[in-house]
Amino acid sequence: MAEVAKNPVEITMTPIQEKLTPPWKEAWQSFYKNKLAVIGLGIVLFFIVIALVSPWLAPYSFKDQIMAERMQAPSSKHWFGTDDFGRDIFSRVLYGARISLWVGFFSVLGSVVVGTALGIVAGYYGRFVDTLISRIFDIMLAFPSILLAIAVVSILGPSLQNALIAIAVINIPNFGRLVRSRVLSVKQEEYIMAAKAIGMKDARILLRHILPNSISPVIVQATLAIATAIIEAAALGFLGMGATAPTPEWGKMLADSKNYITNAPWTLFFPGMAIMLTVLGFNLMGDGLRDVLDPKMKQ
Amino acid sequence: MLTYTARRIFSLIPVLLGMTLVVFAIIHAIPGDPAQVILGQRATEHAIAEVTKQLGLDKPWYIQYFDYLNNLIHGDLGNSLRTRGPINEEIWPYLTATAELTIVAMVIAIIIGVNAGIISAWFSKSWFDYVAMVLALIGVSMPIFWLGLMEQWVFSIELDWLPTTGRENVRDPITAITNFYLIDTLMQGRMDHFIAAIKHLVMPSIALATIPMAIIARMTRATMLEVMKSDYIRTARAKGLRMFWVVYKHSLKNAIIPVLTVIGLQTGLLLGGAILTETIFSWPGIGRYLYDAITFRDYPVIQSGILIIAAIFVLINLIVDLLYVLVDPRIKYSK
Repeated sequence: MAEVAKNPVEITMTPIQEKLTPPWKEAWQSFYKNKLAVIGLGIVLFFIVIALVSPWLAPYSFKDQIMAERMQAPSSKHWFGTDDFGRDIFSRVLYGARISLWVGFFSVLGSVVVGTALGIVAGYYGRFVDTLISRIFDIMLAFPSILLAIAVVSILGPSLQNALIAIAVINIPNFGRLVRSRVLSVKQEEYIMAAKAIGMKDARILLRHILPNSISPVIVQATLAIATAIIEAAALGFLGMGATAPTPEWGKMLADSKNYITNAPWTLFFPGMAIMLTVLGFNLMGDGLRDVLDPKMKQ
Repeated sequence: MLTYTARRIFSLIPVLLGMTLVVFAIIHAIPGDPAQVILGQRATEHAIAEVTKQLGLDKPWYIQYFDYLNNLIHGDLGNSLRTRGPINEEIWPYLTATAELTIVAMVIAIIIGVNAGIISAWFSKSWFDYVAMVLALIGVSMPIFWLGLMEQWVFSIELDWLPTTGRENVRDPITAITNFYLIDTLMQGRMDHFIAAIKHLVMPSIALATIPMAIIARMTRATMLEVMKSDYIRTARAKGLRMFWVVYKHSLKNAIIPVLTVIGLQTGLLLGGAILTETIFSWPGIGRYLYDAITFRDYPVIQSGILIIAAIFVLINLIVDLLYVLVDPRIKYSK
């Protein structure tokens, strides 16, 4: 007590300012502490780099057929071996990264944009609009997702682009529901009431206040959704409802080679391994992001 | 409880109706003319018009939809374009084949998943915990069609332990009674057939079980860790109860609800995963039936297949919802 009395100024002058780190830095520090999340980020960055430089990195083109070198086992010349057309699997797997990341990223972007828009509208306006949108989501979620994707592709016709659209469509309700529930809780906050009280327009409230305060679980969900989207795209490719020949899509590569499982198992091993690693990367990263951005969602 | 059950079932009606509408719309949006499919490329215009009329495809869409609903209510799913047989009879063996596969897969997933999660939480931060959780992470990220192929490569081609595909030995077929082969073979007292059925089940059911197993293990671990921190667990341990009972009785009972949700959700998703697994293992189930129908553009089968899978999915979710009340007396649906 005596010490406090002697030196009151020093205590109150504790430099609080210095301790405040910007939120992004704090988030990064806590993300960095999660070893698995950093490994995930590493894997994702690794595949992004591969996707970007694959034309320069790949020793062969993804479609060059060297019939004299059909179904060769992995060697120093062909690291991952060759397939039944004599195409270099290592090169095809590298090119495949472009396709899978492209489909994963853009399909999820599509679902996020549409889902967020619908979720905000449903959550903010409520009543009839909410009932209508929520029922549509219920019905969409009543179908197993891959089934719905197959249905959408059967309407649009099999192609990589249509597979992307199908995956985007089936993931819309996940984001819609998530955003809707966030909007419902954010809507009750006092600062929204204050914004309304000073006469702010709906559009401005939605874009400037409700959206930024609802977005962090969406980022987490989106990262995890990219993982699922990559698997779904590969599954559609595998079922012959996605990429068409000679596109080196990983799932399609598995489908093309599945009859050679006895003679040339390497044609199946490496593309599948690539799918699993990429998906694992996004899952690890998503888990880490969840702990940082949205501790409440932590499972 | 009874009123809640009734209300919950009533609330399903709009969803089910919506589903029929969606399926109906999808089928009609798929390009291609069913009459053309039936008659082939060289059919005359007159013949096509005739069949179109026979199928009722010349009527306005809303009449077609109500006809379809009406048939559905009377248990009539229409006829397959490919085999010409009535779908509601034809689909049955496929459904039971899928049911057997998914039930076995789910039992594997629950037994291993729940126990792995419990032990991981019990000995958290031990080597078992780390190994189990890394495996679970890999499991969640697994493309199951690839896992199936790798299983075939290792266990049937390299090691020659298990049959690659199918449900029974083609040369020594099993006589179906209920079409659940594990039950049928036992009823007939054919142990050799029973073992053959199990051998055929091992790989597809493990492939199918992988993802739910991993998700269940992660969920169980997370909720168990939370529950085991609570005061009543400390009390139970303080009064000298054996750790085994603390974990498997006191903690598990309180941790089971989120796990139950995940189990229900995953069981539904298995039906989707079954399409891939059945394609790889040539399992004669609903997924294969549907896949073949899509290849052949057999519209009535596609329609019924999608609808039945979705209806089962909804039904499973209902059962899970109702189970909550039984497991957790705190949940009371009195509104």
